[in-house]
Amino acid sequence: MGGKDVLVETRDLTKRYGTRIVAVDRVSLTVRRGEVYGFLGPNGAGKTTTMRMLLGLIRPTSGAASVLGRAPGHPESLARVGALVEAPALYPYLSGLDNLRVIARYAGVPEGRIAAALEKVGLTDRSRDRFATYSLGMKQRLGIAAALLKDPELLILDEPTNGLDPAGMVDIRDLIRSLGSGERTVLLSSHMLGEVEQICDRVGVISRGRLIAESTVEELRGKGALLVVAKPLEHARQRAEQLLGAERVEVHDRTLRLDADPATAGQINRELVGAGIEVAELRPMERTLEEAFLAMTDQKGESNVG
Amino acid sequence: MLASFWAEMLKLRNRPAAWVLLLVSLVLSQVFNYLVPYAGYLTADNERAAERILMSTMPENFIPNSIGGFPLFAGALALTLGAVSIGSEYGWGTLKTIMFQRPRRMSVYAGELLALAVAVLAIVVSIFALGALTSSAIAASQSESMDWPPLTEIARGVASGWLILMMWCVLGAMLAFLFRGMALPIGLGVVWILGVENLVNVAAPLLDFAEALQRGLPGVNAGSLVSALGGGSDTPGVNSAVDGTQAALVLVAYAVAFVLIAAFALQRRDVT
Ligand SMILES: Nc1ncnc2c1ncn2[C@@H]1O[C@H](COP(=O)(O)OP(=O)(O)OP(=O)(O)O)[C@@H](O)[C@H]1O
Ligand SMILES: [Mg+2]
Repeated sequence: MGGKDVLVETRDLTKRYGTRIVAVDRVSLTVRRGEVYGFLGPNGAGKTTTMRMLLGLIRPTSGAASVLGRAPGHPESLARVGALVEAPALYPYLSGLDNLRVIARYAGVPEGRIAAALEKVGLTDRSRDRFATYSLGMKQRLGIAAALLKDPELLILDEPTNGLDPAGMVDIRDLIRSLGSGERTVLLSSHMLGEVEQICDRVGVISRGRLIAESTVEELRGKGALLVVAKPLEHARQRAEQLLGAERVEVHDRTLRLDADPATAGQINRELVGAGIEVAELRPMERTLEEAFLAMTDQKGESNVG
Repeated sequence: MLASFWAEMLKLRNRPAAWVLLLVSLVLSQVFNYLVPYAGYLTADNERAAERILMSTMPENFIPNSIGGFPLFAGALALTLGAVSIGSEYGWGTLKTIMFQRPRRMSVYAGELLALAVAVLAIVVSIFALGALTSSAIAASQSESMDWPPLTEIARGVASGWLILMMWCVLGAMLAFLFRGMALPIGLGVVWILGVENLVNVAAPLLDFAEALQRGLPGVNAGSLVSALGGGSDTPGVNSAVDGTQAALVLVAYAVAFVLIAAFALQRRDVT
């Protein structure tokens, strides 16, 4: 599957639990080399389940996936993937440093890399304390350090800013951005739109197990619309319908909402004024990602049970 | 597999629970094999009984003394070691962390088994070494001569002890893989070793089928192996239901079966 620049590809990836729960439902997504891909969805959408399948921890019920050109879980692909899935799971009785030494041994990487990884997440001076004594945010940082040990081509991070305070979130987001700036590819899940908007190049939106959109952040936000306040309103509406077609014109709150590229605002203004209409206001309406997201996921507090 | 083995050793070496189990095995073996008999010797009211008790603690008997507790209490501790070291990986979720590092599941598993085998060997050797030390101390204090068993006998004792404890240890590990935790495996394992096996032993003289069943039980075969190496049948858990060779073969068969069942479960099931 996929070309050389497609690092992760899934085709109709599906995971069922029992007969009722479809945790992941025919997801087909593509992550390309060098991008920071945001996997966005509400709680229970199937993000973690998808990532587990990509790491070979759980087997798909049906469908296929390839990671770095291999089946998920293949030692040669795992060797180039760093991951943090759900809460960082490390040994409570070991120090941060010893935890990373254990991971380094499993991963087959030299222990010399540990210091740099600790430095990157800002844990150097607490590295000799036991993991059990770490705060939630410190545990999360150590989990990220563990994911960095292999100096991986692909980073799979499941809600990496979980449990961090605002300053910590900023740190980690900056870190992820810088990690993902070069050739490295990051697949990151989140339920926070702002986060995805800030650090991701492309987004896959998942809801109730389904991938409902996959696009760039800009595309997802939508081209937006134009809001026009004009007099007489009815006359303006007719003129706009002639220009754009009836289905692209709506009236809300005595305001025309035109489904048109904001770049065409000047032209539309000329047309309306030319038809003798007084244009009091004409401005672009940009949907926030939040609105786009809510519209798409159509949340009614349901989950993937059905 | 070697990478996994060294990672596993690093974990075990730093694990307080592993050291506690080693310490408890050592303390219990010294108390039951030497301290209690020695106290009995000091307080015995007739000379011949005292002499007999003293002889039981002498270096010539240190092999059966060292492995006398293996079918029961040391076995239960070895089972706990297996259950704890595997079961806690599920409890902490660390199994998934190590499963996406690089090695295949089976090579992680092989590394885990190898590390447990080394840990069990360390326990067995420590019990033998401390037993030898205590025994020679008693002999020296009583100015008795020290007749040590030949080295080959000692090696056979260590190997048999290792086989017995390893069988219990992989039973604990297998249960931990099956139940994905450690509480239930420890509970069930201890009930089996200290409860079920004893009940069958009690029923064996009364019922034919219980006697047939008895000869197939892991604990009974462990007891028979100890008995074949000179263990007295007055020690709890030691018996002569089957001969030594058969006992060893049955133990190997159990251990292999437990290892394979666990491998099958680990390979097939999701790691969450
Ligand atoms: N082992 C399991 N057995 C049964 N159901 C499961 C199992 N794992 C996940 N699920 C179900 O699959 C669905 C997706 O879960 P998943 O953990 O992938 O969601 P998520 O997107 O990661 O959510 P969150 O943002 O809360 O982490 C949920 O309905 C969950 O209950
Ligand atoms: Mg999740």
